[in-house]
Amino acid sequence: MRLGLVIDLDVCVGCHACAVSCKEWNASGTTGPLTDYQPYGAEPSGVWFNRIRHFEVGTYPNNKTVNFPMSCMHCEDADCVTVCPTGASYKRAEDGIVLVDQDKCMGCNYCSWACPYGARELDRESGTMKKCTLCVDRIYDQAIPEEERQPSCVLTCPAHARMFGDFDDPDSEVSKVVREREGYVLMPELGYNPTNHYLPPRKHKPIPTDIGADKAGLAGKLKQFVNRMVKR
Amino acid sequence: MHPAFSVIFFTVLSGAGFGLFALIYLADLFKLGGGLPGAYVFWTGVLAIVMVGVGLMSSTFHLANPKNAWRAFSRWRTSWLSREGVLSVAFYPFALAYLGLYWLDMWPVVRHFSGAVATLLAWLTIFSTAMIYASLKTIRHWNTPLVPAAYLSLGHFSGGMILLVVAMLAGVQTLPFVLLSLFQLFVAAFVKVIYYYWIGRLGVGSTINTATGFTRAQVKLLDAGHTHGTFLTQEFGYIVPRLTAVSLRLISMFLAFAVPLVLLYAAMEYHAPMLGVAALVSVFAGLVAERWLFFAEARHVVNLYHGAQRC
Repeated sequence: MRLGLVIDLDVCVGCHACAVSCKEWNASGTTGPLTDYQPYGAEPSGVWFNRIRHFEVGTYPNNKTVNFPMSCMHCEDADCVTVCPTGASYKRAEDGIVLVDQDKCMGCNYCSWACPYGARELDRESGTMKKCTLCVDRIYDQAIPEEERQPSCVLTCPAHARMFGDFDDPDSEVSKVVREREGYVLMPELGYNPTNHYLPPRKHKPIPTDIGADKAGLAGKLKQFVNRMVKR
Repeated sequence: MHPAFSVIFFTVLSGAGFGLFALIYLADLFKLGGGLPGAYVFWTGVLAIVMVGVGLMSSTFHLANPKNAWRAFSRWRTSWLSREGVLSVAFYPFALAYLGLYWLDMWPVVRHFSGAVATLLAWLTIFSTAMIYASLKTIRHWNTPLVPAAYLSLGHFSGGMILLVVAMLAGVQTLPFVLLSLFQLFVAAFVKVIYYYWIGRLGVGSTINTATGFTRAQVKLLDAGHTHGTFLTQEFGYIVPRLTAVSLRLISMFLAFAVPLVLLYAAMEYHAPMLGVAALVSVFAGLVAERWLFFAEARHVVNLYHGAQRC
């Protein structure tokens, strides 16, 4: 098995719900707590497994905002595991999930230097490195209904922009959608062979923006009239 | 990269300590300058292993969870950081055996064998320290063979300056020690100049386009998604202002190489240990600046997700 995520950049609305639900679940999970520093202070900061960046792609008028969630890519060639001096970082042979053994980590930060995706964050309180577990304490839990045995971020996403599955199975949902939508990985030139894939935004016709009121036609004028009435 | 003082202190001090140990062994083996008196060899060797020890201790200060530091000896098959730990600890019994037998003046064959093994381990440890940085694909300023070359040459150069002061104090023929230091000065200076030339012309590596996958459009960061700094911005976000970097490069080259060069030429004419001491102080000040820049100038690719266009 090679478990990982597919993130659909076409439908991600950038609401950060996946990050919040990740934090909520994992704060009491196997690598919890996810310490916050000055949560209500002037300089709030803390440990997160999932962060969402927002990019502008293209130049006006052919530009687009792309919301970009990022968590551990659970790379096949994970340098973070190779460089770890203590053996705290490991990649599970059975499903490819990269984890940090909190009892072995000495907090040297070296794995975070080796990660190009910024997936690893040091918890200053516990002195150990923390990262996305792919909700390993949830996806195998026999006590919860089968449809809920998915990472917290995937279940939460209101836009269904996140999918979870086995990339080794060519018929899995994630494998199929990566094939059909030309899913890609980030920074392939570094050779980490990440498991998580991203689906590019679909190509849409540009929505015309310069239609004035006088060009709107009878239906448009009626609509504007109704809108004005309702507003009053 | 954020320049952590404990790591700067550690790499400069332990590099010089390992370099000094290797040189004192070789100087004694080849009777450089007519051969240093035994007490000088012994106490210089002690100084070298104390420097290594203090450096290694200070390196544990940057650990967030030092109680697990002993586990760092376990993954020597894959991790250069682990190899550094294993090799530096393996260095100690051989170095102590060498110095102990020197003190007792016993078993010359075993003594020489221990000294040779300790010297080899010293070289391998400096190499491992450098490979911690040089093995990272995420930081192109470090991912070059020039990094181990610089660590080895600077370690021997700074250690050799200590040996020169010892030779001046010991009253042996100092010219061979001065020439050795001059040779090491030129090698180290050349490596650093090539390194600065190299990192100034890295060419195209990862860009914001390969980081996001949008390779056919201009991409820029609108929002990093956090209001204040994160671990990532604190650890990797440090940017040294260009003017500071250029002036520090000049200052470090001046202190580490130019000043000692003049003082070494003077030392060929005048036999004054103060010249050696002044050169030594200048070298170490220059190396601290050099090591600070080594960290501060390195750019990690994760900055592409925080607004950098290229790394």
